[in-house]
Amino acid sequence: MKYVMLFGGTMEGIDQLEGDVREQAMADYRRSNQWFEKYTKAGKVVGGEELQGPSTATTVSRQNGKVIVTDGPFIESKEVIGGFALVEVSDLDEALAMAKEWPGTVEIRPIVDHSQERGG
Amino acid sequence: MVRVLGNFDVAEEVVQDSLVAALEKWPENGIPDNPGAWLMTTARRRAIDILRRDRRYAEKVALLERSTLPGDPAEADDRLRLIFTCCHPALPQDAQVALTLRAVAGFTTAEIAAAFLVGETTMAQRIVRAKRKIVAARIPYRIPEGTELPSRLDAVLAVLYLMFNEGYLSRGSFVAARRDLAEDALWLASLLDRLLPNQAEVLGLRALMRLNLARARARFDAGGDMVLLPDQDRALWDGAAIGEGIDLLHRAAALDAPGQYQLQAAIAAVHSESRSWAETDWRQIVLLYDTLMRFTDTPVIRLNRAVALNRVAGPEVALGEVNDLAIALGGYHLFHATRAELLDELGEKALAREARLQALELCQNPAERALLERKLRG
Repeated sequence: MKYVMLFGGTMEGIDQLEGDVREQAMADYRRSNQWFEKYTKAGKVVGGEELQGPSTATTVSRQNGKVIVTDGPFIESKEVIGGFALVEVSDLDEALAMAKEWPGTVEIRPIVDHSQERGG
Repeated sequence: MVRVLGNFDVAEEVVQDSLVAALEKWPENGIPDNPGAWLMTTARRRAIDILRRDRRYAEKVALLERSTLPGDPAEADDRLRLIFTCCHPALPQDAQVALTLRAVAGFTTAEIAAAFLVGETTMAQRIVRAKRKIVAARIPYRIPEGTELPSRLDAVLAVLYLMFNEGYLSRGSFVAARRDLAEDALWLASLLDRLLPNQAEVLGLRALMRLNLARARARFDAGGDMVLLPDQDRALWDGAAIGEGIDLLHRAAALDAPGQYQLQAAIAAVHSESRSWAETDWRQIVLLYDTLMRFTDTPVIRLNRAVALNRVAGPEVALGEVNDLAIALGGYHLFHATRAELLDELGEKALAREARLQALELCQNPAERALLERKLRG
């Protein structure tokens, strides 16, 4: 079963942080890299990337049939998506166990399996 | 069965089908000596309904109750898997409750809808959505192990506790106390205890439910009016059930793993063992609340503690504690009702009346409303 994990948080703005907060952010970042390493080696992570910050995002949307290009991410939430991983595990509990080791917020979404569909 | 068929929906339909078949035969042939334990769980309620029409009802119900204990360990595991799947934290809690009632306790969707005062369509959608997520997100049909078990068990207990309170306290406006739902929650807790023995909090929750239900007969007078704990006729309490509850609590305590349900049960036990409201060991109760707050510190628990504190430290101190909860509990009728009682004791009649009117405005339970109205009339 494949799931995509969407990770909340970004390294953008890390330079503005100071002291303990910055230390914590750096430690979390190291842990997230270790997480990717561990689960890639174990064959559980089969894809994924860290994303550049939300200030680099561009959104293409449609309003009244017109295509509009705007600056910024399209998801209006407090948490920005900082990266994603495509994982292949047996079930949701295995995905949950992995996500619990991630140093931050994770949304887990099962992927739509098109492999059983007939071509044409 | 879900494990074998790999699909929650199909498995449930099979269970329902075998259920219908069994129910058609039982009235003719009687209950088989050793009915499938799995079927018994799901069929229990429906079977009881049908058996109610039978002359040998009591005898047969007793047989049904006994046979809920699966003889086959594989069947016990199956049922435990089902409970943990229904109460999976990836499902919204209201759906966890509904699924557990549907798949484990054998309620119909209409019955669950009625119990939670929502439309049948809404409830059906809630259940369908949850089942769809179980399949789509592949929520596994398994018993959690190791370090995962305590938190998953907590989720199951939370569902049973919510179910019990819905039946026992019943916030809704139609029925004052839906004892049936409370009794089903107790039955599920007992089942869980048998499937997963020697879990202190499971025993604690069983004890809590048992002790509360033991007082059920005294909660309403002959005219159907609600009677609060201080005024209850304690002779109406079920002494045998209290004994059972206390016994369960002792078994829980022996496991040396305290938790919120055991502490709440211990508080209920102190009340159950007191000859009257006045002779209650209030110091002990305040102490138990203090310990309870180390496990779960909620405004409602603080409010209940303040009621006990009143008996130890007086209404002025208690009112101070209650007033601190104004922001958290301003919309809760019992916050205002408690304030009214304390203000009455302090001789602040006008303020007490004001608080009681606010309580009445927020309260939906007809029995509690009637009680507040009686007090307002003086």
